[in-house]
Amino acid sequence: MHVLRTLWIEWQLAIGFLREGRVQSLMIMVGVAVGVAVIVFIAALIQGLQDNIIERTLGTQAHIRLLAQDEVNVVLPSALGTVQLVQEDKRAQRLRSINNWQQISATLDQLPGLMAVSPVVSGPAFARRGEALESVALMGIDVGRYLNVIPLGDYIVNGHLRVGAGDALIGRLLADDLGVRVGSKLRLETGQQNNTVVNIAGIFELGVRELDSRYVYLDLKQAQSLLDLPGGVTVIDLTITDIFAANAIAAQVERLTSLNAESWIETNAQLMNALSAQSLSTNMIIVFVAISVAFGIASVLSVSVVQRTREIGILRATGATRQQVLRVFLIQGAVFSLLGSVFGIVASYVLVWGFNTYGPGLFYIPVSPILVVLAILLATMTGVLAAAVPARRAASLDPVVAIRYV
Amino acid sequence: MSDTANEVMRLEALRKSYNVGLANEIEVLHGIDLSIGRTDFAALIGPSGSGKSTLLNLIGLLDKPSSGELYLLGQATHGMDDAGRTALRGNSIGFVFQFHHLIQAFTAIENVLMPLMLAQGKPDKSAVQRARDLLAEVGLEKLADSKPNQLSGGQQQRVAIARALVTEPALLLADEPTGNLDTQTASEVFELFRRFNRERGCAVLLVTHDPRLSATCDRTIDLVDGRIVSDVVHGKAKLA
Repeated sequence: MHVLRTLWIEWQLAIGFLREGRVQSLMIMVGVAVGVAVIVFIAALIQGLQDNIIERTLGTQAHIRLLAQDEVNVVLPSALGTVQLVQEDKRAQRLRSINNWQQISATLDQLPGLMAVSPVVSGPAFARRGEALESVALMGIDVGRYLNVIPLGDYIVNGHLRVGAGDALIGRLLADDLGVRVGSKLRLETGQQNNTVVNIAGIFELGVRELDSRYVYLDLKQAQSLLDLPGGVTVIDLTITDIFAANAIAAQVERLTSLNAESWIETNAQLMNALSAQSLSTNMIIVFVAISVAFGIASVLSVSVVQRTREIGILRATGATRQQVLRVFLIQGAVFSLLGSVFGIVASYVLVWGFNTYGPGLFYIPVSPILVVLAILLATMTGVLAAAVPARRAASLDPVVAIRYV
Repeated sequence: MSDTANEVMRLEALRKSYNVGLANEIEVLHGIDLSIGRTDFAALIGPSGSGKSTLLNLIGLLDKPSSGELYLLGQATHGMDDAGRTALRGNSIGFVFQFHHLIQAFTAIENVLMPLMLAQGKPDKSAVQRARDLLAEVGLEKLADSKPNQLSGGQQQRVAIARALVTEPALLLADEPTGNLDTQTASEVFELFRRFNRERGCAVLLVTHDPRLSATCDRTIDLVDGRIVSDVVHGKAKLA
C-alpha cells in the first residue's frame, strides 16, 4: 500500500515529463514500435516458415519408424587358448517380418505420447502394363490406422481412397509412366512367383518425386501374400503428440521393443541443422534490434535528464528522495517501451496480415499471443534497463548544482 | 543552550570547503555560529561571493558542511543519511528560489501540492483545500489551473511561495526571492513573506541584495568573505 501511494507521484511526474517532451517521446516510441514490429514479424515469419517446412516433411513420413534389427552372422566363440581369424561377409538382409508384431502393436497402443500405431508391410515389386515395366514399392496398409500417420486422403488427386479386394492406390508419376488412370488394371509381380492384377482405385500425389513414382498402396493382407510374408509386417509407423520429443520417444520404444526405432529428427538431420541455424539467426536479429532500441531509449532519456537538471534540483529541494527521482526516469523508460511495443504489435499485425493476404502465399504466418506477450515483456524490460543509466545519473545529481544549472 | 525551545535552527562552527583534497581547495565559510529563532524575520546580506547562497543551501540541507554542526528543530543533522535529510527538509523547510523554479509540466496548484505529493502520494481533500487556500492568500485562486508558462514572473514567484508554505514549515528559506522582479512586484512578494511570518509564525531567512528590503527586516545578518561581520536585531548589535 505504501509503495503504491508513493509510486503515484513518480507516475504523475513521469507522465507529466513525457507529455511535456511530446515530440521526443513520440520519436522514441516510434523507434521502439519499429523495433518491436520487426522482432514480432521476423519471429512470426520464421516460426511460420519452420512450421510449414516441418509440416511438409512430416506430411509424407511417419514420426517414428520401427524396423526389425538387421540380421548378423552368428560366429561361434573360439575355444579357450586359440586364436580365430574370421573373414566375414555381411549377411544379405532378406525381407522378413517383425517378430510378434501384433503384441508389440498392442503394447504400443497403450503407450502415452503415441497417437497412432500403424503396422505396414512393404517390399519391392514390378508393375507391368503391356511392354512397360516399372519397379515399385508395395505398401500393405491397414487404412484406418495408416491415415493417422499420413493423411493419404488429402493427397488423392483422382478416384477414391480405397484399398482391399484387389484395389490399389498408385502415385501420379507412376500412373503417367504406365499410362494408366483410375479404373485401369495393373499387373504386380514380385520375385516370389506371386503375381496379381489390381484395379487402380485412386491416384495420389504426395509431392515427393521418389514416392509418387514408386509407391503402390495395397491392403495389408494382399501385400502380405504378394511379398510371401503371410501374417507379417516389416515396419511399424508411429505418430506422436510432441514431434520434438521424437528422439526421446524413439529411444524409449527401442528399449521397450528391442526393434530399431528411427525418429524423423534423425532421418532429417540436415533439415534440423538448417532449422536451428535459422532460429539462431532470428535470435541474433532480435537481440541486436533490442540492443539498438535500448540505446535509443537510453540516449533520449540522457538528453531528457540534462534538460530537466534544474527541475530535478527543485524536486530534490521540495522533498523528493534520490529513489523517487530514480523511479521517475525508470517509469519513463517503461512507459516509452510499453506504449511503443503496443504500437509495434499493431504494426506487426498489419505486416503479417499484408504478408498473408498479398504475399507469395507459400505459407501462412500465425502470430501467437505468447509471442505478443513475450515481445511486450522483453521491450518493457529493455526499456527499464536502458533507463537505468540516465535514471541513476538523475538521482545522483547534487541538488545545489542542479538548481543553479541553466 | 537556554533558549533551545525557541530556536528553529542553530549553527555551530560551520565550515564549508570546495575541492577538498585538491590543489585548488577553497574554504568559503570559516566557522559560522548562528541561531535563528522561531519567529525571526531575518535578512542575510553581503557582497557577491561572500557565501550567502552556500550558507542557505547548508541550512536547507541541500548541501553538507565540511565540519561543524547544524541543528534543525533541535535535531543534529551531521550523521543523517540522504533519506533522513530529505525527510527533515521536506517536513521543516520551505524553499523559495530566485528564478521561481516551478515544474513546467504541472499546473500552479499541482506545483503547490508537489512537496505533499512527494511525501505522501496522492493528495487528499484537505491537502488540496490547503493548497487552494494558500493560492488564495497569495492572490492566485483564479489561476490555480494555469501552467507556469501562462503566469507572469511575479505570479510564478507567488506560486513558489505557496509551494514553500504548503508543508507548514518551521523555517522558510528564500534565495533572492525578488531578485528578478520589478520593484512593485518585489514589494508585494516581500509583503507576503511578512504576512506569513506574522500570521503563521514561521521563521524567515532571506538572502537579498536590496538594502531597502533588508532594512524592513527584524534582523540583518551581514556575511562578508565567509564570516558574519554583523548581526543586528532591531537596530541593536547582537554580535560583531
